[in-house]
Amino acid sequence: MNTVAPFIRHVKYVMSENLVTLFAFGLFIGLVVLAFLGPLIAPYDPLATNAVNALRPPSWAHPFGTDHLGRDVFSRVIVATQLDLGIAVAAVGISFIIGSALGCAAGFWGGWIDRIVGRVTDTVMAFPLFVLAMGIVASLGNSVENIIYATAIINLPFYSRVARSEVAIRRNAGYVQAAKLSGCSDVRILVTQLFPNILPPMMVQISLNMGWAILNAAGLSFIGLGVRPPDAEWGIMVAEGATYIVSGEWWLAMFPGLVLMLAVFCFNLLGDGLRDLVDPQRRT
Amino acid sequence: MKISSLAITQKGPPVHDNKLVQITLRVLQSVPSIIGIVVISFALTRALPGDPAVYFAGDIADEESIQLIREQLGLNRSWLEQLGIYAANLVQGNLGMSLNTGRPVSEELLERLPASLELTLFGLGLAIIVAVPLGILAATRPGSWVDQLCRILVTAGVSVPTFFTGLLLIYIFYYLLGWSPSPLGRLDILYLSPPQVTGFYLVDSLLAKDIETFWAAFKQLLLPAITLGLFALAPLARMTRGAMLNALGSEYVRTARANGLSQTTILITYALKNASLPILTVLGMVFSFLLGANVLVEKVFSWPGIGSFAIEALIASDYAAVQGFVLCMALLFVVVNLIIDVILTLIDPRITLES
Repeated sequence: MNTVAPFIRHVKYVMSENLVTLFAFGLFIGLVVLAFLGPLIAPYDPLATNAVNALRPPSWAHPFGTDHLGRDVFSRVIVATQLDLGIAVAAVGISFIIGSALGCAAGFWGGWIDRIVGRVTDTVMAFPLFVLAMGIVASLGNSVENIIYATAIINLPFYSRVARSEVAIRRNAGYVQAAKLSGCSDVRILVTQLFPNILPPMMVQISLNMGWAILNAAGLSFIGLGVRPPDAEWGIMVAEGATYIVSGEWWLAMFPGLVLMLAVFCFNLLGDGLRDLVDPQRRT
Repeated sequence: MKISSLAITQKGPPVHDNKLVQITLRVLQSVPSIIGIVVISFALTRALPGDPAVYFAGDIADEESIQLIREQLGLNRSWLEQLGIYAANLVQGNLGMSLNTGRPVSEELLERLPASLELTLFGLGLAIIVAVPLGILAATRPGSWVDQLCRILVTAGVSVPTFFTGLLLIYIFYYLLGWSPSPLGRLDILYLSPPQVTGFYLVDSLLAKDIETFWAAFKQLLLPAITLGLFALAPLARMTRGAMLNALGSEYVRTARANGLSQTTILITYALKNASLPILTVLGMVFSFLLGANVLVEKVFSWPGIGSFAIEALIASDYAAVQGFVLCMALLFVVVNLIIDVILTLIDPRITLES
């Protein structure tokens, strides 16, 4: 494939030009490693309580200190990566698949499909999205899966809109007409011709959306939805630590909060970098 | 008004009427959104696992009252009829009873709405005051330290969870420096809340000429409002910078420069006036995010608004209250969008019926 080599060169160019993107990429690799190997790397059992050692400030033995039950905050922060990223990846995955299917259909066939999909996405967007997520979780029941579904639903409009507009520009492109002439069915054209072509802008959307999905899921668990207390998750750790802020035990809430921030920051930077790669004209 | 009457052209209808028609049309356009919102919130109340009547009747309800609720909600009828009953109840302002407090949800929401609105509007105001000048400065001096500061703030602003900012501010300004009062509610217990007129403590205390209470309420409001403001700052500054860069690069600004107009005239009358349209548009989106962030900030600062009410209701599985809250927020958002669009129609002469 002679189209791949220039792309890789372009990637290298963008990475070396833009150190921030390189940094974000490194951070991303780190997060993925933590998500997969977290439980193996963590120095302590994230659920092991130790009342004697409760509320100790950061030290060599406990770099992030210990919480009100004497659990090691550092280990809990590491182990939580898996759950936090897992929720975000699952939610974004669902909205990517359903959103691009709906958007592709709307953009390709137009007509009443377009009108219905457009109306549904408009209606979802008419809600303040975090508030809608709260309502969905309240209705479906308070569990981690429902956090995922709620986050997926509120992200759906973004994917279906991008997919719709990208397909609509291309639906009369030369290669689509060629495929039609050679007797391909509409669905086949959508799947084999159009979908691969709209993937780059969709990937940018995914990356920009991941950070937001993580924030959203953490926000929901911060207010007590989804993840149940003994489990380690950044949002709930910040919520548990919040009561100790006013008495000066800052490490309980600060470290999980900082890591959460870093993760979101990483995905936002990565999204910007990816957009530069895919669409140099829209650079900011 | 003076300008619009001057601008009446010979061919077209008077600009005046034209705008009025446009605004009426825009108001009508929000009807489908409202219908959509009502349908979704209806679907949410019916998505509850189990028998909704049992939930709405409460734990202590007997068979008879469950049956009564079932008939009230029309659960024994078709979906369409149920939706009709639901909508009719909404029109009468009936959102059901809160299990938590035993009072009508609509009353609870109305009572707490001013607290949330005061916080949100104050936070939004702070964000606008900082973000717009920052964006303008960044756009006029691309690459300078102001521009870099703007970039850092914009990227950090969208990455920092609001609840985290709030806790950080509490730690610094309450625990370490001791500058701000304890982050519990709208007013220290030492003070009595001002006589209710608008429900906004700042306004009410001024109306009552009670400066002391005003300061107390102001101090209490400052940290949560800054938290919200920091969150809203990022998209606003980003949009201001982008829109100003766009406007400054345009031909009318070049012409104005060539004609020797002063920098201030060019910046304010030419560039900012044009840039204000995208900024206003993004304001609607920012408001949507703020309504969500508001819930988190209210929890962090124990602010007695509708967000705290909704969280308590969520934890207690008080469904009518949660759905009432969701509906209330969505309608608020529709109204805000409507207001922004009406302002846009009024200030932008290019928006016409044809477009």
